[in-house]
Amino acid sequence: MPAQGIDPSWLARPLAELGFPPSTGVSALRVEAADDWRWGSVEAAFLARILDELRSGTRELALAGVPPELEKLLKLACASPRAAGAGATTLPGIVARVGLRARHGARGLRAFVSLLGEVVLLLPRFAMARAKVRGAEVLEVLAESSSRALVIVAVVNVLMGAILAFVGAVQLRRFGAGIYVADLVGIASVRELTPIITAIVLAGRTGASFAARIATMQGNEEVDALTTLGVSPVEFLVLPRAIALTLLMPMLYVYGCAFAIVGGLWVSASTLDISAAAYWAATRGAIGGANFAIGGLKAAVFGALVALLGCHCGLQAERSAAGVGSATTRAVVVSIVGIIALDAVFAVCANALDV
Amino acid sequence: MHARRTLNSVITIDEVSVGYGMRPVQSGISVRIEKSEIFAIVGDSGSGKSTLMKAMTGLIKAQSGRILFDGKTVEERMTNGAPPFGILFQSGALWSSMTVLENVTMPMDLLDYSAPAARAALARFKLALVGLAGDEDRCPASLSGGMRKRAALARALALDPAVLFLDEPSAGLDPLSARRLDELVKTLRDGLGITVVLVTHELESLYSIADRMIFLDGEAHRPVALGSPAQLAKSADSSKVREFLARRGRMSAEQAEVIR
Repeated sequence: MPAQGIDPSWLARPLAELGFPPSTGVSALRVEAADDWRWGSVEAAFLARILDELRSGTRELALAGVPPELEKLLKLACASPRAAGAGATTLPGIVARVGLRARHGARGLRAFVSLLGEVVLLLPRFAMARAKVRGAEVLEVLAESSSRALVIVAVVNVLMGAILAFVGAVQLRRFGAGIYVADLVGIASVRELTPIITAIVLAGRTGASFAARIATMQGNEEVDALTTLGVSPVEFLVLPRAIALTLLMPMLYVYGCAFAIVGGLWVSASTLDISAAAYWAATRGAIGGANFAIGGLKAAVFGALVALLGCHCGLQAERSAAGVGSATTRAVVVSIVGIIALDAVFAVCANALDV
Repeated sequence: MHARRTLNSVITIDEVSVGYGMRPVQSGISVRIEKSEIFAIVGDSGSGKSTLMKAMTGLIKAQSGRILFDGKTVEERMTNGAPPFGILFQSGALWSSMTVLENVTMPMDLLDYSAPAARAALARFKLALVGLAGDEDRCPASLSGGMRKRAALARALALDPAVLFLDEPSAGLDPLSARRLDELVKTLRDGLGITVVLVTHELESLYSIADRMIFLDGEAHRPVALGSPAQLAKSADSSKVREFLARRGRMSAEQAEVIR
């Protein structure tokens, strides 16, 4: 043993570089070390490696000069069979990784579409009150996604209406068209922004909680316990959530619209000197039934999307604590992207239908 | 041995391979589990014991071969509306949003078992059987590990199943609770004539309650022994099985040493 000990970097260097003979024909290894040598794990690992590389076939190398306890340890380390290709696990190339991601994505999409199909097929059973759904669960979901979300939906929509009014007021005042702030706030919020913002709030609150809840149940085998009873987790867990959010979102939408208009009114009244009555009259003239219908429909669709994506991510989660975290994140991210993508589809359809 | 025991084979496992992905963890499993038998699936860690149980209960598909319950596959049973099995999951898997009592009444509600008015009383009886009378209104999170296991056993018994699956029932239990659980399983089998399939590492359970066992070898990827634990301890072909089963005496001697 060198006086300064074994340099840990030797563990990673090929033996030939360190001046060892080629492995053929070595049958014994003698280690020389000072009497008070302190054996550490670096020395042990280095010796184990030499023994492993120098032994030819199954023949054991005779070892001398090491304490008996260390010899025992070395024998143990060398006894485990060398895994074929161990340490040679390489990451797949970029093309393979893209392919794997695409396949994973396609599998996820297929699972989501089949979840959607299953929920649609279960709707008649739910309508006839024959679905295996727990009443308390539905009430809990309703409370969680409605009354407990009221404050945040109100705050977000008031601020959104106020911001729109501020931006509009600055521009429109130049042309003496300040009263059109009411049109701007009314149409923008009723048709576009309130459904999107309310859905995004719901995705962050409720969609994430659905994903976390179902992913945890998955990890605790609670979903398996349902499956083995012959009860579909989609029927028991997904259906009530999807229906609750689909019905609740339009209500939250109407509630959100009212606050957005109040926000606009608040800013207009304070910066443009427009009376509440005039503002309200202009708003009523601007937002027609069609805008409300489109906004309400969007809200219902977004609600279903948020619930289904939240549940989907929960059901697809890995069975671990990390799985719960990533399912929650994925649920929120995918929901927000989905909401905006669907809104674009709505815009194209509305344009084509000229509404 | 038992008044209710008949020679009907309730579970037939025929040349079954199980695993995840493409590679089988175990293959060539063939066994007939008789009615009212307590049958143990034993093996080293990662040998596919729980995977085999999952395939038997229909949670995953066997890669090849057939698993039949009175001649029907699990899928056929499920579509026919046959009564489900009782399953005690390793973690208990109690539904955390419900009380203990609701956990036991839930399977009855879902499958419309017995008269609605009788369900709570039935559930209380099952909970009393496992020694949880008085804890009906507690939440699973507030129970100790052993109580959770016992509550889960009560839930597994809710529908009076013909077959009871137990996935490592004594894992995480103190020796006393584990023995009490063993006693309970044995009493249930003797009293109700149910067939019990259990996955276990516990030699004590194995010797005290299992009628027969199968040993899955994790290295050979196939079963290497089938028979009663006492008989296999003496005359199993595989030295691994003999060594595994012989650990009991040594273990208790060591424990005795520690206690002394």
